[in-house]
Amino acid sequence: MNDLWAGLSQAFWLLVTLDADLVEITLRSLRVTLTALAIACAIALPLAAFLAVRRFRMRRATIAVLNALMGLPPVVVGLVVYVFLSRAGPFGVFGLLFTPTAMIIAQVIIVVPLVASVAHQSLRELWSDYHDLLISMNATQFQRIQALLWDGRRALLTAALAGFGRAIGEVGAIMVVGGNIDHATRVLTTAIALETGKGEFAMALGLGFVLIALAIAVNLAIHWLGRTESEGRW
Amino acid sequence: MQMFPLVAKGAQVRRRGKVLVGPVDLTLGGQGASIVIGPNGAGKTTLLKMLHGIVRMNGGSLDWACPLEEAQKRQSFVFQTPVMMRRTVIDNIAYPLRLTGVGRREARTRAADWAARVGLGRILQRQATMLSGGERQKLALARALVREPEVLFLDEPCAALDGRATREIEEILAHAAGSGTRLIMSTHNMGQARRLADEVIFVLGGRIHEFSPAEVFFAGPQTPQGRAFLNGDIVE
Repeated sequence: MNDLWAGLSQAFWLLVTLDADLVEITLRSLRVTLTALAIACAIALPLAAFLAVRRFRMRRATIAVLNALMGLPPVVVGLVVYVFLSRAGPFGVFGLLFTPTAMIIAQVIIVVPLVASVAHQSLRELWSDYHDLLISMNATQFQRIQALLWDGRRALLTAALAGFGRAIGEVGAIMVVGGNIDHATRVLTTAIALETGKGEFAMALGLGFVLIALAIAVNLAIHWLGRTESEGRW
Repeated sequence: MQMFPLVAKGAQVRRRGKVLVGPVDLTLGGQGASIVIGPNGAGKTTLLKMLHGIVRMNGGSLDWACPLEEAQKRQSFVFQTPVMMRRTVIDNIAYPLRLTGVGRREARTRAADWAARVGLGRILQRQATMLSGGERQKLALARALVREPEVLFLDEPCAALDGRATREIEEILAHAAGSGTRLIMSTHNMGQARRLADEVIFVLGGRIHEFSPAEVFFAGPQTPQGRAFLNGDIVE
């Protein structure tokens, strides 16, 4: 209980004093996560719409694999990305290992299946509503995908938020490919893991509270910007 | 290029081994309103969707006088349960125009004009899913008519509407027909069929049992099933 109170007070002071390290780590966490989320959404949302609209031979298998990949173990993703980015790996020449870019790559791989699966569930229902109408209007495949993405945008926000939740709280993969290097690749989750390992529970809890507050703040901000709960909107 | 006649020869729709419609042999000319009647499950909706091209045929042929791609661009369909896109009224009506490359401003201007014509001019910015049943059907009609189709398919457009809304819809349809739009419509409402029909297609068990001018059909159907249906008997 003492640790909890100490954590709360430490979090409070870290925030009030705008601790430089905390600000740096928080901004890096946000930068890595939001960049990864933006890239993941750019891949996953059109993919989800395509899977809803297009009938092809391996469609069911593709959806099943996508759903299965939602449970992808982050540490394994980190390991694979590590192997690919390490000096001996095929992309070693780019020197990306232990950089925020490597962390972004790992997070994109983790988040894409989740966002695509959640988005596909929503878009599939929307497509069942729109199917006859859009075919009747001679909409092209691209126009159908556009219509689904636009009209389903509020449901897609939920998918994006799920992806954000997964990415911001991720530690395994980014620890492996980022290395938790101070002033370089340290983010909130890896900092918490480090402080816990050092026995600095108060600091770890403080960082944890900041992380939770950040996640809630971003969610609220996106909901507010998307006006999801406004009357007469979706 | 002329769209009509529309000629169906042995056209058939099957699903899971069961024949839903057909074989249909039918020649439709380019004038007036063809009303498809028949009991529930007779195949009216599937017949309309087959003629429109949104249900794939499993046999036979269906030929317009012009190339199919051209014909598809010149027809619209109004569904029994109107599909409301998750947009405002004006954006719903403008959508078919946007699909054909019409600019946003012009599409919205034309959409607003059509909304006013069907009585939705005062609720242009309302979300379509918030509309009442009658308003939805009017929106669906405006959305179908905004491209000024030469053929308009309607699947029981007044099925769930009260008398007033039905009258308003019929006025819009009569106006469209007067402007040269060919109507091919299914209905359960015999009164509506009498008011609108130039020719009647009586469907039963997925087959066309009778296809005749409206005055001939309503004066005395040629088939026993047609007579029974017109008398209000249960026909299966």
